[in-house]
Amino acid sequence: MNLLDATLIDWSRAQFALTAMYHWLFVPLTLGLGVIMSIMETLYYKTGKEEWKKAAKFWMTLFGVNFAIGVATGIIMEFEFGTNWSNYSWFVGDIFGAPLAIEAILAFFMEATFISIMFFGWKKVSKGFHLTATWLTVTGATISALWILVANAWMQYPVGMEFNPDTVRNEMIDFWSILLSPVALNKFFHTVLSGWVLGGLFVVGISSWYLLKKREVDFALKSIKVGAIFGLVSTLLLAYTGDSSAYNVSQRQPMKLAAMEGLYEGKSSAGLVAFGILNPAKKSYNDSVNPYLVKIEIPSLLSLLAYRDADAFVPGIKNIIDGGYSLPNNEMALSFTEKQARGKAAIQSLADYQSAVTAKDSVAAKMHKAKLKENYAQFGYGYIDKAEKLIPHVPTIFYSFHVMVALGFYFILLFGLVLFYFYNGKIENQIWLLRASFLSIPLAYLAGQLGWAVAEVGRQPWAIQDVLPVNAAISNISSASVMITFFLFLILFTALLVAEIRIMVKQVKKGPHE
Amino acid sequence: MITYSFLQHYWWFLISLLGGILAFLLFVQGGQSLLFSLSKTEDEKRLLVNALGRKWEFTFTTLVTFGGAFFASFPLFYSTSFGGAYWVWMAILFCFIIQAVSYEFQSKPGNVYGAKTYRSFLFISGLLATFLIGVAIATFFTGSDFIVAKGNITKQLTPVISSWGNEWHGLEALLSLRNLSLGIAVFFLARSLALLFFVNRLNNETLEARSRKFLWYNAIPFVVFFLIFVIWTLFSEGFAVNETTGVVSMEKYKYFTNLIQMPIILVLFLLGVVAVLAGVIGTFISPKFKSGIWFAGIGTVVTVCSLLLIAGYNNTSYYPSINLQSSLTIFNSSSSFFTLKAMSLVSLFIPVVLVYIIISWRSMEKKRIDIEDVNGDDHAY
Repeated sequence: MNLLDATLIDWSRAQFALTAMYHWLFVPLTLGLGVIMSIMETLYYKTGKEEWKKAAKFWMTLFGVNFAIGVATGIIMEFEFGTNWSNYSWFVGDIFGAPLAIEAILAFFMEATFISIMFFGWKKVSKGFHLTATWLTVTGATISALWILVANAWMQYPVGMEFNPDTVRNEMIDFWSILLSPVALNKFFHTVLSGWVLGGLFVVGISSWYLLKKREVDFALKSIKVGAIFGLVSTLLLAYTGDSSAYNVSQRQPMKLAAMEGLYEGKSSAGLVAFGILNPAKKSYNDSVNPYLVKIEIPSLLSLLAYRDADAFVPGIKNIIDGGYSLPNNEMALSFTEKQARGKAAIQSLADYQSAVTAKDSVAAKMHKAKLKENYAQFGYGYIDKAEKLIPHVPTIFYSFHVMVALGFYFILLFGLVLFYFYNGKIENQIWLLRASFLSIPLAYLAGQLGWAVAEVGRQPWAIQDVLPVNAAISNISSASVMITFFLFLILFTALLVAEIRIMVKQVKKGPHE
Repeated sequence: MITYSFLQHYWWFLISLLGGILAFLLFVQGGQSLLFSLSKTEDEKRLLVNALGRKWEFTFTTLVTFGGAFFASFPLFYSTSFGGAYWVWMAILFCFIIQAVSYEFQSKPGNVYGAKTYRSFLFISGLLATFLIGVAIATFFTGSDFIVAKGNITKQLTPVISSWGNEWHGLEALLSLRNLSLGIAVFFLARSLALLFFVNRLNNETLEARSRKFLWYNAIPFVVFFLIFVIWTLFSEGFAVNETTGVVSMEKYKYFTNLIQMPIILVLFLLGVVAVLAGVIGTFISPKFKSGIWFAGIGTVVTVCSLLLIAGYNNTSYYPSINLQSSLTIFNSSSSFFTLKAMSLVSLFIPVVLVYIIISWRSMEKKRIDIEDVNGDDHAY
């Protein structure tokens, strides 16, 4: 077999990243706006007031435009696991495929069935049936998020599986530990809440625009009330789950945490970087260049947040590569060289096991299988040739993380101010606040994208943490093929995004009462 | 006692059933391919688009479920076929992307490219997706050029388990006349089903009459190409698997033998074909007969399901390779016993899903759709 094209990994990653980024432009609004329009329809159902129905229908129109393009990008992601990551599909398909199938059976059909009633059933079914259909559409979308996030969390924290050398793949042994892993639960709540925040900000921002234009005032005030309360509660919960998320990272993906903080040399009582500018002159993890040009730290906070102990030692990038520090379970951390040796030993044991099985040498097979099991935790390191490849792109992760966190606090402030002025009856006069709300809509999208950048760029080089690096996960196709489809997707998604934005703008300008 | 073999057969049945349902729901794509020829006025076009537009998500969701179920139950197929026949699957995916937005966007102000562009997307999607899916499914009987070598995972520089044998990455399937015959058959089947759907759902005499007329031009080529494929396949060599050793070899009349050796599937296959023909012929001969879609639809599900069952059951390779020993069977490509068992428990929810789909469908389809419905609906496409 020919060697794999070196650029293939980059193009395959780029194509998946492109699809995921576009997908995440649409899904969070579906999740957030879905709940808000359902709340409004519930208010219509309870009060019988037509204004709530009009408000719900208006937001539903925007939901529909957004939903269609989210569906289109979603199907690509599902199939790209096969088209571009075929090794991955076999190596962990026994575990990873199940959540995808459950997602389709339990969630997609619910969405597909009830969305039709939600849009076309106003005159065909009773008010109660219609309300149920609306809630079930949103529930379907949220359940869908649960399963795909369970799958993603498993890639970050692979549990409930065992490697089978006869089938050359990992096999599921505990379904519930996959579904209920702390990483999965946290990822679900954190991600869905981020969609809710975006939905809240979207509704508040668009409604603010109406107030600025002195149009649809009653509708805008009603929407602001629902959107801001929903948004504030969601943002506060988001901050809470964000803390848990970072804690999970510190326990299971220390390299990602080190990159998030730009921490090269570990220390006890480590401070959290509140503001920092990285030094572009820093080229290697073991040079003596200061990683920061500017840094403002909150003392001991990183140790406290990461290990729930203000004095705890937080390993830096260099420590993780060199090893030799105490892990939370009191074991000594292995160096990259040791992990690599164990990974190579595991791979060699697998090859020897296969040879022994072919030769029908059961004694040798048993011995190699035992050795494979002993070293399997570091299996993936056997495919990594240099320590530097363990380090994800630090500036991307550092800035993404810090800007995302800053935006989260800004959203709390914004929703708080909106509600303060709303309940004082003066929101219409706060031109600056209305402008800020409207202009903040793109920031919610930005925060979501940055969050995924931290999660996904931060786990590189791993497709599955410690088990399978991306270079061992790809399909054997030419990089030219992937390059072509990358640009086709880029052109198509961008063209559709342009259309989507323009349709949204027109619908907003048209307003709810026309 | 639930055995591993039982679960592998159960999941192949579910995959086959999903394949059958997908083939039926391709009537949406078939209708899209008729958008410009069947309608003469703007109102007629809108009526067709809105009738189909309330169903497109079912086809889409079934395709996603088909993929997800394949991934969960037979991951080696997912890995080998999607990663190998790259261009065929990518072309099919493009067809579905452009479909997804076209319904929602086409009538919205500010849609940038105009309604005609989105309708052209629907047309292209309907034309290509049906044909390509047919060609892709035909390779389940005719074979593809790939190699599976799980041991490659231990080669640290080239750890690729499955590789395609040529640079065409699936497009070479278009050079096989047998593959083409199924592609064309699926294309005309989807159009025939769409016409039967229009007859059943549209409250528009002109379109109904035209649909009945068009049915001749579509159902007859469907039957011809379907028979070519089926007869050719039943009387060709098939990919047999030795039950004990797992060795794959070519066997004369393998698929015909499968039908004879599995009489229940034979009966289902024949009933399915008869139901499709009954739906079509009933619509031809009786101007009052509007239920052809249900006969032909259920017949399609049963026929396609039966065909896929004979591709995978009775020690047959369901995704064969011309490198025979790389061929995929329900035994060598399935998930583990534990995963299949867990997934089987999840599959018990399928009847619940079917019940709410039926309830919703009935509640929305009490009355046939006409242009007044479309004009009076503020979410109409």
